Amino acid sequence: MRIGVVTFPGTLDDGDAARAVCIAGGEPVALWHGDDDLKGVDAVVLPGGFSYGDYLRCGAISRFAPVMTSLVPAAQGGLPVLGICNGFQVLCESHLLPGALTRNGSLHFVCRDQRLRIERTDTDWTRDFAPGQEIVIPLKNGEGCFVADERTLDELEGEGRVVARYLEVNPNGSRRDIAGISNARGNIVGLMPHPEHAVEALTGPSTDGLGFFTSVLTTMVRA
Amino acid sequence: MTIDTVVHAQAHPDQPQPFAELGLKPDEYQRIRDILGRRPTSSELAMYSVMWSEHCSYKSSKVHLRQFGEKKPETQALLVGIGENAGVVDIGDGWAVTFKVESHNHPSYVEPYQGAATGIGGIVRDIMSMGARPIAVMDPLRFGPLDAPDTKRVLPGVIAGVGGYGNCLGLPNIGGEVVFDESYAGNPLVNALCIGAMRHDDIHLASAKGVGNLVVLYGARTGGDGIGGVSVLASETFDADGPAKRPSVQVGDPFMEKLLIEATLEVLHAGLVEGIQDLGGAGISCATSELASNGEGGMHVWLDRVLLRDQTLSPEEILMSESQERMCAIVAPANLDAFMALCRKWDVEAVVIGEVTDSGRLTIDWHGERIVDVPPRTVAHEGPVYERPYHRPSWQDTLQADTPDALARPSAPDELRATLLDLVGAPNLASKAWVTSQYDRYVLGNTVLAQPEDSGMVRVDEQTGRGVAVSTDCNGRFAKLDPYAGAQLALAESYRNVVATGAIPLAVTNCLNFGSPEDPEVMWQFAEATRGLADGCLELGIPVTGGNVSFYNQTGDVAILPTPVVGVLGVIDDVDRRTPMAWGPDGELIYLLGDTRDEFGGSEWAHHVHRHLGGLPPIVDLARERLLGEILVAGSRDGMLTAAHDVSDGGVAQTLVEMALRSGIGARTWVPDGIDPFVFLFGESAGRAVVVVPRSEELRFTEMCAARQLPAHRIGVVDSGLGPDAGYPDGTQVLQVSDLFAVALDELRTVHEGTLPAVLDA
Repeated sequence: MRIGVVTFPGTLDDGDAARAVCIAGGEPVALWHGDDDLKGVDAVVLPGGFSYGDYLRCGAISRFAPVMTSLVPAAQGGLPVLGICNGFQVLCESHLLPGALTRNGSLHFVCRDQRLRIERTDTDWTRDFAPGQEIVIPLKNGEGCFVADERTLDELEGEGRVVARYLEVNPNGSRRDIAGISNARGNIVGLMPHPEHAVEALTGPSTDGLGFFTSVLTTMVRA
Repeated sequence: MTIDTVVHAQAHPDQPQPFAELGLKPDEYQRIRDILGRRPTSSELAMYSVMWSEHCSYKSSKVHLRQFGEKKPETQALLVGIGENAGVVDIGDGWAVTFKVESHNHPSYVEPYQGAATGIGGIVRDIMSMGARPIAVMDPLRFGPLDAPDTKRVLPGVIAGVGGYGNCLGLPNIGGEVVFDESYAGNPLVNALCIGAMRHDDIHLASAKGVGNLVVLYGARTGGDGIGGVSVLASETFDADGPAKRPSVQVGDPFMEKLLIEATLEVLHAGLVEGIQDLGGAGISCATSELASNGEGGMHVWLDRVLLRDQTLSPEEILMSESQERMCAIVAPANLDAFMALCRKWDVEAVVIGEVTDSGRLTIDWHGERIVDVPPRTVAHEGPVYERPYHRPSWQDTLQADTPDALARPSAPDELRATLLDLVGAPNLASKAWVTSQYDRYVLGNTVLAQPEDSGMVRVDEQTGRGVAVSTDCNGRFAKLDPYAGAQLALAESYRNVVATGAIPLAVTNCLNFGSPEDPEVMWQFAEATRGLADGCLELGIPVTGGNVSFYNQTGDVAILPTPVVGVLGVIDDVDRRTPMAWGPDGELIYLLGDTRDEFGGSEWAHHVHRHLGGLPPIVDLARERLLGEILVAGSRDGMLTAAHDVSDGGVAQTLVEMALRSGIGARTWVPDGIDPFVFLFGESAGRAVVVVPRSEELRFTEMCAARQLPAHRIGVVDSGLGPDAGYPDGTQVLQVSDLFAVALDELRTVHEGTLPAVLDA
């Protein structure tokens, strides 16, 4: 299973995402922002970082990168795509997911081990989790406050598209404690916390993050 | 605009020049005239003024820093020594590591966010210029009192700057220090440390070799920011009400730095670079003169080719600009196209600004006219050297005679309990999570230990698990009481923090923060501290690989506490066997290693409870520190230890509290026979650590300690079921001290974690 990991200028967690794919049993394939060739990958991870310095608005410039001109229609056609942190912001800026990520309520960057509840397990990236499973993975962001208008939030809730919710502490002021959402089909998932930093007991707070990467492999085996 | 060319300077020898405004003394100016046999051009004057500044030339400290080389211990580990951008240490398996700490104190006071941010940027480029990939950063920070009004301006800005820049670069921040003291009000210390890793073959040095090779300037464009930063800002004392010096502070762009890192590593890896140098303090003046001086000795530069952010800059300003995120590479003509292509790949601008010559001169032209013609060594390496006068301060004896012995001590159980809670919440001992939670410690996926652990530890080799541990420490109060002992205590604490994790210490870096070298009493502190550190490194068998001196940290006549921050780097062959500070499950045994004496001079108790500083610091016994280190490393290697934590600020009480809070499990502890409970809990004797031993390993461990003659006292047992016995509900996690008192971990946590947010979020 070949999983693409996109590097924009300023992407930071591409190495971590590739490592997570390896540990899960997949083959990571490096995708370059300036190249619209998706190299025939079976799924794509948009990793965290500060693409283009997050100047202007997080993800606003990356959205126009050549790789996105191929990725957007592929995702709309069902290609599994996981956007983590900055990748989530890129997915929102690309209108593949609704809403936006704004400055944390505290106005500080925050890095912590975050407890989450997996709310939906029929997406391409969460099917290896048990319904309602609680996990702990790192969260680190300055602009992770998920916002959308009430109607959109109601829609997301009504359609079961809230993939993960913050437990115990809402670290950034996200509406309705939302940590991650998906599109209706469940192939596109945006997630603020970082599962790729929780794949080894040695370096992470847990190995709970691995589930996202094994899930997409499970998805492909079934397909 | 008239250009002051060499010809013009010769024709107008007596034209007055603003050397004093540029920070040069009259005799220094005369020396430049003697070297050149004429008056310098304004561009030459600009170059000499920044390169001969205290910050770049180490003119006041050089004669003392020589000891680090003269007293260097025998070691096989040092691949590149002091004098290069950063020393390089062999950590085995073909891996080498480089690390260095630098100060950005003055800029961070003027403009906290940018000052701190560019401090990170500068040290990261230093590490890159050795050919290493930066793998982690740390920040030793010192501020005025937590509740001082200016601390609320400086501290949040500094933390946001460290985080804003470091997080955006993608380097994990794995530790450092946050210390508060009155003397740092108006003189905060913002030190930044970076660690880099490389294969042995990848080591690069800053020298311009090969006549005809090209000098390429790449990265950000040159602007008007930071002009004269090193001479004006870093090398002068602040006046209480002087002019704002904000135009001398550089502005950072971490996104550009990230691109610069990737582009630099790619050109190095592709073998396209003959020599490389970062641009930091003194900008192009420093890079060109140092590269030329280290290489063939000659270089010619076309200064008008430098890409500018501001087209109105004069050549003098271009030479002095400290615009960030720039690097200079020496590239063979045949490799230029490939070099430029990799820069383009990363959207990094690059331009050839000169070439290596064998003229023995650094010559610089501006639109066809010669504006600089100097011997590069006289700029870069043969600056003035001062034997500054120094003498023991008149007040030193009085200070040492004012011992803490007469201070009122708690003795009743409830007094001891109240003192413990008071100290656990004291700004210097309280949790620093408010700070460290603003730093990304996870990025790169190799962080094994980070704050609040004793050392930061990162994995270097993912296959073998080989890694490094680094700690930085300094108690400036100890250094004030006795600078020689204080520097050794800083070294000892840093060493202890590294061995506590199971790593073997290999090398030392330092950042020596002091007041004005023109004050003989400050100069004595500096001389004593460097002598103490050099002697200490010799005794511990670990060399100093590099460092930094920051003088003029004073407001008016009042200097900061002498603050020789010492960083120790250790290697561990498999990070999987590191010793953390959190203790394990019920029944494991808690041991105190080392001797406990009645030592409170410079202690946190005397400082926080009595606002007292006097007497002598704890006794230094480096042979004991070494023995303790061998025991801790052996304990880690042979699986005898579950946890370890050094004893320093706040004493054994603080150590036990931090271990308990880290694990979330309570413990029953007791005061060993023959030791006063107050001294046991709060004394700060050096050479001690608390370790946790599984029952199955107890005999083996204690026999090892006995055979090596290291005192080991059993002082407790991990116990999660103490609640009811201690008068708390069942399930409450409790720290019990003999039959004196008990405290619930929840209460400790509330106090420990509440201090910084209560002030900084208010």
